[in-house]
Amino acid sequence: MRIPVESYRLPNGLLVTLSEDHSAPIVAVNLWYHVGSANEREGRTGFAHLFEHMLFQGSEHVGANEHFELVQRAGGTLNGSTWLDRTNYYETVPSNHLATALWLEADRMGALLPAMTQEKLDTQRDVVKNERRWSVDNQPYGTWWERLPALCFPPEHPFHHSLIGSMEHLSEASLEDIAEFFRTWYSPDNAVLTIAGDFDPTEARALVAQYFGPIPRAAARPALPSFTVAPSFGGAQRAVFEDDVVLPRLFLAFRSPVFGSAEYYAASICGAILGSRRGSRLYRSLVREQEVAQEVSAFTYDLSKGSDLLVVDAMARPGVTLEQLEAAVGAEVDRLHRDGVTADELARALALIETDLIGALQSAGERADKLSQFATYFGDAALLNEQIDRYRAVTVEQVSAFARTRLGVDNRASLVYVPRAAGGSGAAGATGAGAPGVVEEVGA
Amino acid sequence: MSMSTRPVAGSGRPWEFPAVHHATLANGLRVSVAPMHRLPMVTVLAMVDAGATRDAAGHEGASLLTASALTEGTARLDGASLTEQCERLGASIDAGADWDSFMAHVAVTPDRLEQAMALLGEVLITPGFRARDVERLKEERLADLLQQRVEPRGLAAEQFREFLYVEGSRYRVSAGGSPATVRGLSPEIVQAFHAAHVAPSRMTIVLTGDVTPERGVALVERALGSWRGDAASGAMPATVDDRTVAGGRRVRVVHKADAPQSELRVGHRGLPRLHPDFFDVVVMNALLGGLFSSRINLNLREKHAYTYGANSMFDWRRGAGPFVVSTAVKTEVTDAAVREILLEIDRMRSETVSADELSLATAYLDGVFPIRYETTTAVAQAIATASSYGLPDDYYTTYRQRVRGVTAESVRRAAEQHLHPEELLVLAVGDREAIRAPLDALGIGPLDVVEPTTDA
Repeated sequence: MRIPVESYRLPNGLLVTLSEDHSAPIVAVNLWYHVGSANEREGRTGFAHLFEHMLFQGSEHVGANEHFELVQRAGGTLNGSTWLDRTNYYETVPSNHLATALWLEADRMGALLPAMTQEKLDTQRDVVKNERRWSVDNQPYGTWWERLPALCFPPEHPFHHSLIGSMEHLSEASLEDIAEFFRTWYSPDNAVLTIAGDFDPTEARALVAQYFGPIPRAAARPALPSFTVAPSFGGAQRAVFEDDVVLPRLFLAFRSPVFGSAEYYAASICGAILGSRRGSRLYRSLVREQEVAQEVSAFTYDLSKGSDLLVVDAMARPGVTLEQLEAAVGAEVDRLHRDGVTADELARALALIETDLIGALQSAGERADKLSQFATYFGDAALLNEQIDRYRAVTVEQVSAFARTRLGVDNRASLVYVPRAAGGSGAAGATGAGAPGVVEEVGA
Repeated sequence: MSMSTRPVAGSGRPWEFPAVHHATLANGLRVSVAPMHRLPMVTVLAMVDAGATRDAAGHEGASLLTASALTEGTARLDGASLTEQCERLGASIDAGADWDSFMAHVAVTPDRLEQAMALLGEVLITPGFRARDVERLKEERLADLLQQRVEPRGLAAEQFREFLYVEGSRYRVSAGGSPATVRGLSPEIVQAFHAAHVAPSRMTIVLTGDVTPERGVALVERALGSWRGDAASGAMPATVDDRTVAGGRRVRVVHKADAPQSELRVGHRGLPRLHPDFFDVVVMNALLGGLFSSRINLNLREKHAYTYGANSMFDWRRGAGPFVVSTAVKTEVTDAAVREILLEIDRMRSETVSADELSLATAYLDGVFPIRYETTTAVAQAIATASSYGLPDDYYTTYRQRVRGVTAESVRRAAEQHLHPEELLVLAVGDREAIRAPLDALGIGPLDVVEPTTDA
């Protein structure tokens, strides 16, 4: 199964991908900017994400709350998201509203700054602080998604620091920061645009040229610190945190080949064998047979620079200690590391990955997002059509070799949560980023 | 043309909800097939109108536990073998139950449809319900409930149900049951629930996607045509015990020490799904708190920055589910946020919306309709919902027209008749020391404080 893909570049560097599908009168517009929390300067954690919020506050020709309103009035859906190494903005609209979606995106790419005010920044800063309270500080285990990258990448690495950011750094963000970040990273030569669904390609090209063509390139962008890290941690890492939770939970991470690399596909299949759905080794053993875990799964971050992370997430059953949980996960990982995988396991993982991919392509928005992903990271959206073949080409030997080289004890980082000891430091209010964690080097 | 000239949309292309072909097998099983030949994918969904409201008193959670246990094996295959056979097809059978329906579904490529259908049939007709599996699922469910009580959203949901519905109402206990009722469930109860409700005469199977009506019906016939037996229970009773508390406005603080935010729930009894004002209420709620650009979200988020987001909803069920405004706000502004929510509810009733504001909701609901039904699973679920509630055959083909027919006057009438400021219950999960006095000072009504227990 292949979807149509046609890509070209505007003179200002914007990489445009068109993917026609006329089965329903809807069209998705999707932009990826090649900037994420990794691009933040020191003292500004959380800024890339705060900036994403500011992109919904209007631009030169769009009023404060108009971006959402115009898309919703058109009968469209929209949002944006910030990740470690990219930020995306997207809308799916009835196809007769394609021009509106492109116009909105072009206006904020070309002319955001005239609409920026201190009041808007102050408002969004408070909205984001509430987002942090909602998703991190007032959620059981909520700190895991800033603690795991912090554990897995060294302090000077661009992926080390918090994506949502600290309250202090959010407080310090200024309008000058907005202007500088915008001029540096939000330019057509650092973005890709994908249009997927029901459109006329001649008309779409004309609209893209009209709206995006006049936007200038950015000046030279500053170099980022190196993303390069060793392929393994070089020794087991372990960090233990108390939290207001009732069950122990373990995140076990491995450094893993970057997204889209030759070795990535074997790693992804290995992850699926280990922890994707109920037929996976971990679910079968820990949930069904031993009954030591409440839930268990594995996933990859899909990072494209330096190193990816393969992560096992396991929640203990009531009455099961952290030590029992860690031992059970460790035993399954050891077995995979030592003995490799079977052809049956490979077939199961492949079948699931194929169905998931076809399922995702049913939505114009997801189709556009995946095309943008390959366009951003590799300059080639059509790689989406190669994915199933790349997975199919993976052999049992390659998956077993990945397990042998990457799942050993020298490449394991454990982030663990345990229930706060009764009558302990609860009154100290030590939830959130300030909670003391014990980082141990437990040796290789 | 420069950027200062706004694009003007041409007319949209027409779109029709996929045509649905119906058939009934000799054993009474109804089959609905909606071909969508866009991608090689088919969703099969089996639905019985036996959700949580069919749980016997004291056995709350039986429907959900029965659904979960379906995929833990059949008489022939244990759970691991069943899972392996499914996943080799690239598919998982997912089963669950909500308030009104019991469902199992699977999405698969068309070349593997026959095998997936055979496995789904085996699961529905001869589930294993082995004692060890049922007991394990029970323990998992109990642990989920335990975890929900330390999670602010889960705690708020549980506490709001108990605030709103009276003892004896099924809606007072979550669809999946409470710790006390789940602890009382057993493999025998699960067996009995299945025997009472899961039978061909009570079931609808929906197929959507890359399949013809002929092939779809033939595959269902092969997998489930020889299934005999009748349900021990009759069709869904017309009424659900949805009684709510009376006696005016009240405030409840659920204590969570040092909470940096307060989880707020403000609401009252809503309406049953088949209420004749459904479309007026849907549009009214979209303007009040259903859309990003709704009054409540713009006020609490974009004007005051009290929150990351705020919304309102009517939870549509066979009986009257709640109408509820939900948000999480910084502790210091808890009282101010509640005041703004109450003001917006009042304003919705007192002011007729302008044509411009009305069109925000009607244009959105009209335009977004095809986007909602891009996937085979979304279409299958829509068809099952219509079947579950007995919605008319033309429900989805006339939906957009019905939405466009809502007027400013009917929105005002819906707000006046179905929003009840004098009955609002205000619940805050947060730090008692910080929020109790400010909430009390609002003078909304009597206030009490609850200390949640973590006893399972």
